[in-house]
Amino acid sequence: MWQAFQLRLAKNKKYSGNHENSNPVQASFKGLHWIFCLNEKPGNSGFMDPASFSYSQPQFFAIRRIPLLSFGQYKNIVFLKGAGNAMAYEIEMLNITKVFPGIKANDNITLQVKRGEIHALLGENGAGKSTLMSVLFGLFTPEEGKIKVRGKEVNISSPNVATELGIGMVHQHFKLVHNFTVAENIVLGLEPKLVGGRIDLKKASERVSAISKKYSLEVDPGAKIEDISVGMQQRVEILKMLYRNAEIMIFDEPTAVLTPQEIKELMGIMKQLAAEGKSIVVITHKLKEIKEAATRCTVIRKGKGIGTVDVATTSEQELADLMVGRSVSFKVEKKQANPGKTVLEMLNVTVVGHQGKNLLKDLSLSLRGGEILGIAGIEGNGQSQLIEAITGLQSIKSGSIKFDGKEISGLSVRKRTEMGIGHIPEDRHKHGLVLEFSVEDNLILQTYYRGPFSRSGILDRLAIRKQSEELMERFDVRSGQGSVSITRGLSGGNQQKAIIAREIARSPKLLIAAQPTRGLDVGAIEFIHRELIKERDKGRAVLLVSLELEEVLNVSDRIAVLYEGEVVGVVDALKTNETELGLMMSGAKNGGGTHEG
Amino acid sequence: MKDKDLFARRLSPFVSIFFGFLIGFLLLLILGYNPLAGFAFLFEGGIIGMPAGDLRQFGNVLLSMTPLVLTGLSIAFAFKTGLFNIGVAGQMLFGGFLAVAVGNRMDLPRALHLPLLLLASMAGGALWAAVPGILKATFRINEVVTGIMMNYIALWGVRWFSGRFIPGSDVMTSAPIRETATLRALWLTNLFTRSNVNYGLFAAFAACLLVWFILEKTTFGYELKAVGFNQHAADYAGMKATRSILYSMLIAGALAGLAGATHYAGFSDRLTGLGWLPSQGFDGIAVALLGLNSPLGVLLAAFFLGYMNIGGAYMQIMARIPAELVSIIVSTIIYFAALSQLIEGWLKKWSNKNKRDGGAL
Repeated sequence: MWQAFQLRLAKNKKYSGNHENSNPVQASFKGLHWIFCLNEKPGNSGFMDPASFSYSQPQFFAIRRIPLLSFGQYKNIVFLKGAGNAMAYEIEMLNITKVFPGIKANDNITLQVKRGEIHALLGENGAGKSTLMSVLFGLFTPEEGKIKVRGKEVNISSPNVATELGIGMVHQHFKLVHNFTVAENIVLGLEPKLVGGRIDLKKASERVSAISKKYSLEVDPGAKIEDISVGMQQRVEILKMLYRNAEIMIFDEPTAVLTPQEIKELMGIMKQLAAEGKSIVVITHKLKEIKEAATRCTVIRKGKGIGTVDVATTSEQELADLMVGRSVSFKVEKKQANPGKTVLEMLNVTVVGHQGKNLLKDLSLSLRGGEILGIAGIEGNGQSQLIEAITGLQSIKSGSIKFDGKEISGLSVRKRTEMGIGHIPEDRHKHGLVLEFSVEDNLILQTYYRGPFSRSGILDRLAIRKQSEELMERFDVRSGQGSVSITRGLSGGNQQKAIIAREIARSPKLLIAAQPTRGLDVGAIEFIHRELIKERDKGRAVLLVSLELEEVLNVSDRIAVLYEGEVVGVVDALKTNETELGLMMSGAKNGGGTHEG
Repeated sequence: MKDKDLFARRLSPFVSIFFGFLIGFLLLLILGYNPLAGFAFLFEGGIIGMPAGDLRQFGNVLLSMTPLVLTGLSIAFAFKTGLFNIGVAGQMLFGGFLAVAVGNRMDLPRALHLPLLLLASMAGGALWAAVPGILKATFRINEVVTGIMMNYIALWGVRWFSGRFIPGSDVMTSAPIRETATLRALWLTNLFTRSNVNYGLFAAFAACLLVWFILEKTTFGYELKAVGFNQHAADYAGMKATRSILYSMLIAGALAGLAGATHYAGFSDRLTGLGWLPSQGFDGIAVALLGLNSPLGVLLAAFFLGYMNIGGAYMQIMARIPAELVSIIVSTIIYFAALSQLIEGWLKKWSNKNKRDGGAL
């Protein structure tokens, strides 16, 4: 193309010759890159050395002559557009190094994202993916390295600068105002105004509708955020970026909070956005999703850039091995379960919610020592209430819950914990941890009042430190300053490992694991699954509640399916499959598999 | 990042104080006073006479800081449990009222009378704090609203009860306490050259130590902090959040009540200024903020405020600066102290930027 352009210019006498030119001006406009070159006089050549562009082969678009009346001359403006070129990097992060005390979060990492591609950023929890993206979004300043956006070196000192450069980010935890409407959230900060400064809500919702139509991202502009699903909230975040004319979109673990259906939709949306010329960076550790959506993938391991690979020619196994740095097994290896006596027996349990709705209806379940019972179901079908009823966070209206043969439905949370119920909570930030506490203080959250951690009300710091160091070592909890690190500073995976360490260390007879691998990478998932199976093999009862069918199928021995607060069936994990479970999850009683009484 | 943040946090109160002085300095300059002379008196005020062995002014600084330590501690302690105890003034007043009532109406030997007076003050403060505490713990009613209302109930309730049971010479004061109940001690008064420095100062030191010990070393303190930071996690761990909230308020109230005892049975010997809320109740907020909610910090901040009070009074007399202006200057300094969190943010940004510039070289 470039040669053709030169040829064309050469043919046109007016543009031949080799004279001085003004500096080329690059700009982004209408989703394309334009390079303008002004000729001082007619007769000057209208092009520059291709090497001076970051887009090595700009396409010729048009030459316009603009009369300059004051000089009685013409000025020629050459329009070149640089889209869809192989070398057109939208963002280049070159040799980025970011150091925190005690930890080199990013160590000489290079990330180059092309226009219109979906670029996956793959790495274990705590590998430094989020740090790298925070650098790009202006939240952290790197110690070394430079960032180029559309070929120009930039200094992104704050998120505002990033927004101006057309960089948008969807954070893992959405930044939305819950009692505002969709439209209000999208225009927040850039509201269309009426006379007198009032917000023009009509115009706002029109604009939102226009954008959502353009990208076929359907939303109800008038709905309140608190009333819409998580998937819809994410869509609002995407529209927020589009409203701000983002060209580069960063998604931080976007599928962690979504249902399988919503994940499928998101993949579609991302592909479509990429086709529109947006550049997308997805932080993730879900290999399947990378294979499905991404074109290229940059792998980071323990803060170091491992390399960039072409997704189409790299297998999932290879990606996983690259990420973890060793060979990873996807199969959950376990022996036949050897169930002992019944540990948990729930009979006709009913739980009523705030609005008087039955959240659990006449639910009966039994769980024996030495087995893993998986709870499958679509989110919001009573899983949370089931867990809370067993742990004592929620009282039941009727029915009975027997643990180890004793009725526990009237007992306090602490009593039940002391009897031997361990609980890996669904929401680690809300329930699992006091984020302001140090790691060692979080590891004694249920045991602080007992020996060896305290004697007659006085904490024994030495014993606390000793346990913490042992557990952090055994469960590979990584933190900047060891036991005294503030928990908030740990990566999500390490926070989760700390919780699992704490719960397993208490050696409970019943371990409730709610979404134990949510948001974790394959290495950590493998580890946690192995720990759960180890607990089972020690003769303990494990209740695994998960929204990921694959996890339930792979880890459990038996599977109970919840639908609208009822158990629609209990099946043998070896004799069922995703299709059958899927049917049962949508309410079809006993999908035809082995039904246990 | 963490070490530097900690540094910024520790440095911020000092930078705040510096800005406060700067504004006060400019204010004096603009209004035509000699700021250098004024500030010299302000600093000199707390220690004047010391070289000659006259510790009266320094004693007054200690006297002035005593209730501030306790009110500051009360607020800082409640903060740790996630509560804003704005009812300190009322708790202090009611605690002081019970203390003076015990000191006036009972006739006991000193060894019994003084401890009983102290206990009464703490019980009074705790009682006054219990109402917002129970409402918060059981019905989730905001403790700020109930605390403020309890302040007004204490204000007029104490004035009425005092006039009825321990009437003084006018409606603004009560009858004095007996000699056997006073917190003052002759040896202290002599040591500090007729200043009313009293046992309250030791009570304040002991309270600091006790609060530090509770928060850092006991399971009870661990529980309080867990509830304060994340009540959901505390529930999950089987802690009784409602009980922690109530206990926290009771202890905060007892500290405030003790401040009342040191003020009304040590600084003075009767209830005074009835019809006003004791200003220490609100200054305590500044003390807690400036002291970063830590017992040692509270001690230092209270000393600073006490010093400003006494130095300010001295400045007023010696430099002939009107009392109002002195109050404005001292308040400006405290005001900036309260902004220490803002300044902490600036310091962090500044140090980050410095690091970046350094890194680019």
